[in-house]
Amino acid sequence: MTMPLPYENLAVLENFGHSLRAQAYVYKPADTEQIAAVFKFAKQNGVKITLRGAGRSYNDASLNGGGIIMDLSTMNKVLAWNPETGVITAEPGLTLEGLWHRVLADGWWPPVVSGTMTTTLGGCLAMNIHGKNNFRMGPIGEHVLEFTAILPTGAQVTCSPHKNGDLFRSMISGMGMLGVFTSITLQMKHVSSGLLEVHAFPVPNLKAHLQALMDNAPTSDYTVGWLDGFAGGKGLGRGQVHAARYLHEDEDPNPAKSMQIKNQVLPPTIMGVPKGVLYYFMTPFQYAPLWGLVNAAKYVWGLRDERYRQSHAAFHFLLDYVPNWELAYGRGGLIQYQSFLPKETAEQAWTELLTLSHKRGLSSYLGVTKRHRPDDFLLSHAVDGFSLALDFRVTPSNRAKLSQMLQDFDQIVVAAGGRFYFAKNSETTAETTRRFLGDETVERFRALKRRTDPNDLLESDLYRRIFE
Amino acid sequence: MPETKFASATPLKPRARAIVVGASSGIGAALARRLAREGYNVALLARRADQLKSVCDQINTACGEMRAVAYVHDVKDYDSVEALLQRITTDLGGLDLFVYNTGIQHVISVDEFNFAADRAMLEVNTLGALAWLNPVAAMFHGLKAGQIVGISSVAGDRGRVGAPAYNTSKAALTTYLEALRNRLTRRGVNVLTVKPGFVDTDILKAAGAKRTFWLISPDQAADGIWMAIKHRKQTIYVPGQWALLMLVIQHIPSIIFRRLSF
Repeated sequence: MTMPLPYENLAVLENFGHSLRAQAYVYKPADTEQIAAVFKFAKQNGVKITLRGAGRSYNDASLNGGGIIMDLSTMNKVLAWNPETGVITAEPGLTLEGLWHRVLADGWWPPVVSGTMTTTLGGCLAMNIHGKNNFRMGPIGEHVLEFTAILPTGAQVTCSPHKNGDLFRSMISGMGMLGVFTSITLQMKHVSSGLLEVHAFPVPNLKAHLQALMDNAPTSDYTVGWLDGFAGGKGLGRGQVHAARYLHEDEDPNPAKSMQIKNQVLPPTIMGVPKGVLYYFMTPFQYAPLWGLVNAAKYVWGLRDERYRQSHAAFHFLLDYVPNWELAYGRGGLIQYQSFLPKETAEQAWTELLTLSHKRGLSSYLGVTKRHRPDDFLLSHAVDGFSLALDFRVTPSNRAKLSQMLQDFDQIVVAAGGRFYFAKNSETTAETTRRFLGDETVERFRALKRRTDPNDLLESDLYRRIFE
Repeated sequence: MPETKFASATPLKPRARAIVVGASSGIGAALARRLAREGYNVALLARRADQLKSVCDQINTACGEMRAVAYVHDVKDYDSVEALLQRITTDLGGLDLFVYNTGIQHVISVDEFNFAADRAMLEVNTLGALAWLNPVAAMFHGLKAGQIVGISSVAGDRGRVGAPAYNTSKAALTTYLEALRNRLTRRGVNVLTVKPGFVDTDILKAAGAKRTFWLISPDQAADGIWMAIKHRKQTIYVPGQWALLMLVIQHIPSIIFRRLSF
């Protein structure tokens, strides 16, 4: 007879974007021993475990309906930091915010960051995040020197590119389905200033948009595009591209000052409005026609060619400084659809996607483009090409329609040789996953999982959806 | 136990999840069919395995996917409830709605005094309900969400000559559900008490009721209950006109009521 799990651990958890909810029993282990105890307990009770860090996946990656959530956010200590070499070792719950706060004053910056700094290192490795410099620096996994992990079998392993290489390249990108990181050692990137030189310029259509991302890559450290999801016809894919580069040693007169934390973050009010309530002023725009106007205004505003300096934090984490921005999408929340396409097929496929979204009356409120290069992690999402992330507002009445459209998107993307990123993907089926990853990759992942997790203790709603 | 694998959900098309205790026939089976039609994944519980399985098969065939799974369970097996609830919520991936429908009625003649029969009714209709409602309430209390439905009866509104223990079992259930509502409303949990009148079920046949009126089918009852679930109602009579009749009956003075033959 199994013992029921304690109801006091029950909680309703959400995704980033507040569009999904799931009930689960939450455990917050403080060390490796407690992680092992949760594995043992789950095995005895026949319950599945999903790992969760900051819960910043846009989809069901850190949700586990009816099962256990192992929340690692409290294991967030920095274990070692060497300001001479830029090598840091930390527990998996340390956030990117905690990371850059620790290293910037010493002249270092994380080599790869996501669009929010609230993510944890464990989550970043599990999803193998990329930043606006993917074309240059690859995903975060390429900057991991070593990690230690505990497997569901109870075994503890140390992995690096040269030691247990197969586990190294699969636990990074493995969605937290093979084991739990217990310490992560990363190489930071040296910077000479707390500022970036940013060049912002308009692009009139999709072709010019992708060309600009491509052309600016060799001379930039970061490139990113904003895409107007409402524009159709000749202006389809129009937007604004931001290309940024690090400052050289002699360009910043006072690097010690620009690298201080207080000079990185945004002021507490924006245009006189306290940041905490700024989202409230955005809510009237949650209706499509108004949001279309916002996009058009933004495009016209961005027609100026601008060069300016911006702090690292402001460049990367702008949305973190507008707390609760996702509430601006209304009660139904939002979902993000990101596809990665080879440079040869991207323009054609995204023209189809955007046209389809206009035809179905489900235009994207925000589109973001990036330039990418491939990597050799097992469940890689990268390609030699581009990515386009589209935000969609979710309402009770559009869920079914949106779901159908995203599945139709999937077919277009896979047919064009595209791939998906598992922290954002939402409606993809197991069949589609197999098509884009390939049978061999799926089987290799399964074989590894049988080895590290023979009792299938680690499962998430995401895993069940795309691998079963 | 059968292989339990409910139809899968996607982030944009999540499935609501329900448990129906007492789902092998009558109102429970009809409500399970209705819930499945409304998009729920439903765990069906009852003692009679064959009948339960056929209800499941019927639902899954109609929906074209695994929307119903059978769990054979005797509500008098009180000690097994917590672990079973745990297992079902794991299989379902959570729980949004819990329905307790199980009920039995033994026919007692006016001059018969039968503890064994009375006890059996209390054990199934009342204690069985309490065994389930406690852990379910604890779960919803923790979640600050959820909906509980108890199928009581108009029979719980007065004690009659012909059904003392049946009346008691349903009156107790009604009162318990009211208390539960008062405890859980503040946690965002809705508790619905359903008081059916004459519904064309096995219980009615077993009770040998001769004078029935306003008789409805289990499916009609399920329609009414579903609307009440949807609108998060507190107490409903099925069909609705019983509300008025029971208001009158509840106010018949004892001096008259004790001389009536029903």
